[in-house]
Amino acid sequence: MLLINCPYCGERPELEFVHGGQAHIARPGNPAECSDQQWAEYLYRRDNIKGVHAERWRHVHGCGRFFNALRDTTSDQFLATYKVGEQPPAQPRKATA
Amino acid sequence: MSHALRTASGGRINRSRTVRFTFDGRELSGFEGDTLASALLANGVHLVGRSFKYHRPRGVLSAGPEEPNALVQIRRDAARVTPNLRATEVELYEGLAAQSQNRWPSLQLDVGAVNSLLSPFIPAGFYYKTFMWPRRAWQWLYEPRIRAAAGLGRAPAQPDPDSYCNRFAHCDVLVVGAGPAGLAAAHAAAESGARVILCEEQPQLGGSLLSEQEPGEALGEGEWLARTIQGLMTHPRVTVLTRTTAFGYFPHNLLGLEQRLTEHLAQPDPRQPRERQWQVRARQVVLATGAIERPLVFPGNDRPGIMLAGAARSYLNRYGVLAGRRAVLVTASDEAYRSALDLHRAGATVAAIIDVRPQASGELAEAARRAGLPVHTATTVIGTSGRLRVKSIRIQKLDAQGRPEAAAERIVCDLVLMSGGHTPSVHLFSQSRGTLHWNEALQAFLPGQSPEKARCAGACRGIFSADAARRDGQSAGALAARDAGLAVGTVISAPRLLETDGAAAPGQLPQPAGRPAAKAFVDWQNDVTSRDLSLAAREGFRSIEHVKRYTTTGMATDQGKTSNLNALGIVARQMGKAIPEVGLTTFRMPYTPVTFGSFAGYSRGELFDPVRTTPIHDWAVRKAAVFEDVGLWKRARYFPRNGESMHAAVTRECRAVRSGCGLFDASTLGKIEVVGKDAVTFMNRLYTNGWTSLAVGRCRYGILLRDDGFIYDDGIVARIAEDRFHVTTTTGGAARVLAMMEDYLQTEWRDLGVWLTSTTEQWAVIAVQGPSARHVLEGLVQDADLSAAALPHMSVAPGRICGVPMRLFRVSFTGELGFEINVPADFGSAVWEAVYEAGQPHGIAPYGTEAMHVLRAEKGYIIVGQDTDGTVTPDDAGLAWAIGTRKPDFLGKRALERPAMRSPDRKQLVGLLSAEPHVVLEEGAQILPDARATPPTRPIGHVTSSYYSATLGRSIALALVRAGRKRMGQTLYVPAANGNLPVQVVSPVFYDPKGSRQNA
Repeated sequence: MLLINCPYCGERPELEFVHGGQAHIARPGNPAECSDQQWAEYLYRRDNIKGVHAERWRHVHGCGRFFNALRDTTSDQFLATYKVGEQPPAQPRKATA
Repeated sequence: MSHALRTASGGRINRSRTVRFTFDGRELSGFEGDTLASALLANGVHLVGRSFKYHRPRGVLSAGPEEPNALVQIRRDAARVTPNLRATEVELYEGLAAQSQNRWPSLQLDVGAVNSLLSPFIPAGFYYKTFMWPRRAWQWLYEPRIRAAAGLGRAPAQPDPDSYCNRFAHCDVLVVGAGPAGLAAAHAAAESGARVILCEEQPQLGGSLLSEQEPGEALGEGEWLARTIQGLMTHPRVTVLTRTTAFGYFPHNLLGLEQRLTEHLAQPDPRQPRERQWQVRARQVVLATGAIERPLVFPGNDRPGIMLAGAARSYLNRYGVLAGRRAVLVTASDEAYRSALDLHRAGATVAAIIDVRPQASGELAEAARRAGLPVHTATTVIGTSGRLRVKSIRIQKLDAQGRPEAAAERIVCDLVLMSGGHTPSVHLFSQSRGTLHWNEALQAFLPGQSPEKARCAGACRGIFSADAARRDGQSAGALAARDAGLAVGTVISAPRLLETDGAAAPGQLPQPAGRPAAKAFVDWQNDVTSRDLSLAAREGFRSIEHVKRYTTTGMATDQGKTSNLNALGIVARQMGKAIPEVGLTTFRMPYTPVTFGSFAGYSRGELFDPVRTTPIHDWAVRKAAVFEDVGLWKRARYFPRNGESMHAAVTRECRAVRSGCGLFDASTLGKIEVVGKDAVTFMNRLYTNGWTSLAVGRCRYGILLRDDGFIYDDGIVARIAEDRFHVTTTTGGAARVLAMMEDYLQTEWRDLGVWLTSTTEQWAVIAVQGPSARHVLEGLVQDADLSAAALPHMSVAPGRICGVPMRLFRVSFTGELGFEINVPADFGSAVWEAVYEAGQPHGIAPYGTEAMHVLRAEKGYIIVGQDTDGTVTPDDAGLAWAIGTRKPDFLGKRALERPAMRSPDRKQLVGLLSAEPHVVLEEGAQILPDARATPPTRPIGHVTSSYYSATLGRSIALALVRAGRKRMGQTLYVPAANGNLPVQVVSPVFYDPKGSRQNA
């Protein structure tokens, strides 16, 4: 069971969190202007990264806040967590426990 | 023959306490402190089981958790039967009843042993090669027969009556293993101020030192063991867990420990938990898991009486048992000489020491020669004899190239000790994703850098001698405390690896050319021989993982603790590769089998899942309601009177609502209070409907889509104030709707001033439905006008009922005049009973979810998740009227404009009337356009809801049908057991289509 560092509460066990899909996918500001293709990509296209992946998590059984995380999908290790609206840390440190 | 092989003195058993037990019904006795294995050996019993595949007679191989042969079934009573326990770990208690496994009719005479004669026909992978034709026979013939013939113990048939518990713990340093390294590590860490948990699978602390006649001699310090144990047991910062196996290493230093609390007791208190599973999160971990002796692979190496050298030494020094009187030692390392020397000192004859290495010049070998023990170097074993116990061993000299030469020699014996050196126990380290490195000198995989905050100490990293392991542990413990953030002084340096601790390469001992007469076993528990492994390599298996699965080596309950490295050596040799090039199979948890009970812990029976009940639940129980599970909720399904059937009760409840008044507990409805200056903007963006025009005091049926345009949830939304909405959701959708709202609010529309509060459990909701509903409530309600003019359909008013504040909704999910009374949950039960009393003159009847379903289906009201399935748009469900077309955007709006979403050929909600009015269609049944259609054919839809309507005197159904609205009046067909039933497509609103009743 992983420890996840909630940016609001600190380290908590994985059980308190839910995964929320890929991060940094903004809903288009004016959907009416999107082509069908663009809208389909917004709805359905997601990265399937081997390595560092930015994703949304929610501390659902804690503060209830959404936040973003960089996780290495090969090692399952969290490299960084950060608040919604913040840019991902540029140079995530190497995957260590 | 009682205790024939017990030594006159010595060992760590309590000779003053005799313990009686049975093995296969035979009455035997041992001493307190014995294991089942040591007690059997003391009674001269070596034959303890039959092997998995060939049913060969097998004896005790080891003295620890690695045991592959001596698996027994322990029975306390009919429900307390535990199969596949290792006799080497079962502590003896008074009255213990053990049975051998996998034999019929008896251990001595086993019919299944015929498999051994058939063995040329059952090589590796024979399942895949033999039972292929006819294909169907696999199901009814081959698999059941194979399963009956194979297998080990039998699982108990009754539910487990014992209780299990679990516990979470944190510590600075967790030390796994209490041998010299672990004890020293725990001590050093605790002395540095760390909070320490020390976990040990054995009942006593000491590890390998328990198998020393004089532990002080091995350490060079007499009192260290006793002093250290005493210090740890009384240390305020140390928790010592014995009989506790660390079975799994999970990310971020979380370890699973299984503590056995009552297994060793003759009469456990039935209230005491049997096991406790710990989940320990440690800042630092020290793995001091020791090493396991490697068997040697030679023909006939599996007869009872052939065991690991170290095991015989344990039985002698720890349990005071001579495993035999005339022993031969076969070894590939120096360490095993200690066993021969100890047996010799205890009075056994050591007939020969067979050392497969060219020379044996170490200190121990010299000591053996000085003691007059015949040492044969450069010698191999080519066979053994003896049916139920080994009787002799055949040896042959090796030439300079290591090939057998000259004539074979036969040595009579009743005990063969073997040692291929030691394999460090890197299981937990490897589970933590630590990498392993091959050490050529030690012929072993050793742990490298840990990815976790962990370090290894002692034999598990190749530091084999007890004194060096102790120093290694001391160093590791202090470093762990330092890394856990404690102030630590000077740390002694860790000892170096010693090449003299090495052994010959793993694999099979050299054999003469030609086919050997007997099998040489690698994996005792799964009956895998060196020939099976060579065959797999010859057949082209290159990955060791594939070899493992094909031959099943290392796949038994012992997970190859004694076999993996020998298997690897044989495969590598056959492939002409070095061992590290072939690589190891993956180590996975658990280290030793863990009972399901310990994983379940408290989560059994009523505690398996939380149960949610409404404030009216107890009343419904008193009225003998039949309940159904809706998510975690218990909902009253119907209220049978005088032994009514469900059909009769539902018919009566529906009639009450349509003709008088019904009372329904709708408290499980999800409720979310949406509040804030931007509440209306938020609702506009979220729900399909327009909310700006909804006046305070009015309600609207709202639809929530996902952004892909499909219906996600629905419910009545009331505007309580300009900046306040009372949103209801489906019972099952409450949590996910709130999560979706939070998601958009926190991540997409962070500028909106809106607050969300779940009020599901704060409001009790009492639905009063039927033509008399207003009359029932008139006398109870204060501060609210119930008239149709003041409170029309789809409106909400504050007020009081029985003096309790309420939100009174004028809404209907039945099609009748209806009210839903929302009161604070604590008053729910009292108000419900008051309404029930007030309704008596009007024939009020409580109704359950089943009647509710029928009533709403008569009106064509959908249930999200029953009549929708995640691919249904509002238009598909006939709800296009609920879309605010003038709104610039809402969730799902853009998706609804995609061509596929506007296709006229989409499945649409319709009503169905079966040609035979009494036939109720199957929910989920497919719908066909053609009476003669037979499979395979493409259905054009399916039935989503189907009931018998007492009101209409016939069955009704809702269905999703391709282009359904264009098919009104058409006849379609629903396949059923007795042919295709004709059904007519009709409007989904079966009752009061104008809605005059609900507007009354």
